[in-house]
Amino acid sequence: MVSQLPVLQVILPLMAAPLCLLLKRSTLVWLFCLIVSFLSLLISILLVQQVSTSGPIDYAFGGWDVPWGIGYRIDQLNVLLLIVITAMSSVVLIAAKESIAREIDPEKHVYFYILYLLSLSGMLGIVATGDAFNIFVFLEITSLSVYALIAMGRHRRALWASYQYLIMGTIGATFILIGIGMMYQMTGTLNITDLSVRLAELPQKRTILTAFVFIIVGVCLKLALFPLHLWLPNAYTYAPSIVSAFLAATATKVAIYLLIRFTYSVFGPSLSFAAIPLQTLFMALGLVGIFVASVTAIYQTNVKKLFAYSSIAHIGYMILGFSTGTVAGLTATLLHVFNHALMKSALFLALAAVMLRIGSVQLSSMQGLGRQMPWTMAAIVLAGLSLIGVPLTVGFVSKWYLLVAIIEQGNWVVAGLILMGSLLAVIYVWRIVEVAYFKEPATAQKGDVLEGAAGGSTEAPLSFLIPIWLLVGANIYFGIDTRFSTQLAQSAAQSLFGVSP
Amino acid sequence: MFIGLANTWVAILLMMIGLYIVIAQGNLIKKIIGLTLFQTSVFIFYISMAKVEGGTAPIFSSDISIYSNPLPHALILTAIVVGISTTALALSLIVRIKEAYGTIEEEEIQGLDEEQD
Repeated sequence: MVSQLPVLQVILPLMAAPLCLLLKRSTLVWLFCLIVSFLSLLISILLVQQVSTSGPIDYAFGGWDVPWGIGYRIDQLNVLLLIVITAMSSVVLIAAKESIAREIDPEKHVYFYILYLLSLSGMLGIVATGDAFNIFVFLEITSLSVYALIAMGRHRRALWASYQYLIMGTIGATFILIGIGMMYQMTGTLNITDLSVRLAELPQKRTILTAFVFIIVGVCLKLALFPLHLWLPNAYTYAPSIVSAFLAATATKVAIYLLIRFTYSVFGPSLSFAAIPLQTLFMALGLVGIFVASVTAIYQTNVKKLFAYSSIAHIGYMILGFSTGTVAGLTATLLHVFNHALMKSALFLALAAVMLRIGSVQLSSMQGLGRQMPWTMAAIVLAGLSLIGVPLTVGFVSKWYLLVAIIEQGNWVVAGLILMGSLLAVIYVWRIVEVAYFKEPATAQKGDVLEGAAGGSTEAPLSFLIPIWLLVGANIYFGIDTRFSTQLAQSAAQSLFGVSP
Repeated sequence: MFIGLANTWVAILLMMIGLYIVIAQGNLIKKIIGLTLFQTSVFIFYISMAKVEGGTAPIFSSDISIYSNPLPHALILTAIVVGISTTALALSLIVRIKEAYGTIEEEEIQGLDEEQD
C-alpha cells in the first residue's frame, strides 16, 4: 500500500470523479468529495514524510520499467506542491456546499463536483509525473475542467472569460506540446530524468533552444506572467466563488512548478540561464508585473478583480525569486508559493462568504460590512496584512527571504522596488478596510446587489468561518513558526541545485 | 535544407496560418477553426517525425525489419482526443455565449460588456 502512494495520489480523485454521478444527491456528493480530498491530503502528508526520510520515490506505472513505461517521481520539489494543492482543495471544499447552493443551479451541482475533482487530479498529475508528455495530458485535463468550472459562473461574462482562457490556455499547452516534440526528436526519450542526461550530452543545441523557448512561453501563458496575464482577472472574477478560491490558491502555483521543473530538472540551469538572458528578462517582467498589476488593482471596484490583479503582482514576486538563479532565491519563490496559497485562499473564501450574504463583491456594496460580518471582514483584514507582508504573517516571511536573496546579489535597486511594491498593496487593502469599517452600511442601496439577497446581512455560517479562520490561523502560525514551510522550500531548492541538505 | 525539412516547413506554415486566424478574426467560430488548424499542424509535426525512410507500418511480424516509430503515433492519438475535447468545449461555450449575448462577434461582446459598466 505504502509503495503505491505516488499513484494513489493522482488516481484517487480521478476515479472518484465519475463515481459522483452515481451518488446524485448534492449533499452526498459534497461529503464524498470532501472525504476524497482529505484522503489525498493524507496521502501527500505521508509522501512528505517518506521523501524527507528516504529521499525521492520512483514509481513505474503498471510494472513497466521507466524508459518504456510512464514513471512517477516524487522528490522534495513535488511534495511541497502536492501538499499545497491537496490542503487548499480540502479546506476550500468545506465551504463549497453552501456557496454553490447560492451560486450554481441545483441540477448542476453534481457536475460541479466532478469537474472539481478532475481539475484536482489533473494538477496533482502534472506535479507527480516524471514524464514530459504526461505533463501535457494532465495539463489539458486540468485546463478543460477549469474552463468548464469558470463557465458555471452566474454572470454571462463568465462565459466570455472562460472562452478567452480557453484560447490562451490551448495556445500555451500546444506550445508546450511543440517543445516536448522537439525534445523527443532530439533525444528519443520523454522521461524527465533521461531527458536531462541526454540533453546535456547533445553537441548541437539549436533545436533544444527552440524547444526551450516554446516551453517557457507556453508555461508563462499558463502562469499569467505579465504581459501574458490577460486571461486571469476575468477568469478569477466571474468564476463561482469557490472556484476562484481554489484556482487562486493552486493553478498558477502548478505553472510555477512547471517553470522550475523545466528550467532546472530538464534543461538544467547551465543551458536555461546561459543561452538566453532569461534571468534579466524575468527580473524585468517580474518587476513590471508587480507595479502594473498593483496599480491596476488599486483602481478596481470589484473586490474579486482587485485580488485577481494582486495575484498577478504576486506572481511577479515569485518570478523575481526565480530570476536570481540561486538557492536562496528559489527558496523564496517556493516559500511564496506555499504562503501565497494560504493568503489568497483565505481572501477568496472570505469573498465567497460576502457573496453568500450580500450577493455582490462590489466595493460599494461592502459599505459598513465590518459591523455586519465582523469575523469575515476581520479575516480579510488579517489576510490582507499578510498580502502586504506585515511581520508575524506569512507574507513577511517570504518577502524577507526574497529581499535577502536579492540583496545577496547586491541588487539594492530591485530590493527597494520590491518594498515600494508592498506599499502599493497597502493602498489596495486599505481601500477595502476604509469601505468596510469607516462607512455607514448602505441599507437601501440595491444597485449591483443580486435579487433575493438578504437585506440585513448577518455573519457567514460556520461552514465558512471555520475554513476561513483555519487559513487565517495558518497565515499567522506559519508566519511565526516557519520551520515546516522553510524546511520544505529549502530542501526542494537545494535538491534542484544538487546540494544535499 | 528546404527539401530535407519539407515536413517541418509545412507544419510551420499551417501553424502560422492557424495562429494568425486566432488573433486576427473577431468571429468566435473562426477563432476556433484557427485554433484547430494550429493544433493539427503540431500533430503533423509529430507524425512526420516518426517516419523512418523505407519503413512500413509498425506491425509486429517476422518479415518486417524497418518500421516507423510508433510512439509519436500513440502520443498524437492522445493529443487528438485532447484537441477534440477542446473544440467541443469551445463550441458549446460559443452556443452559450450566443444565448447570453445574442452575438458571436468579439467586438460586439466587448461593446455589450462595456455598456454595462
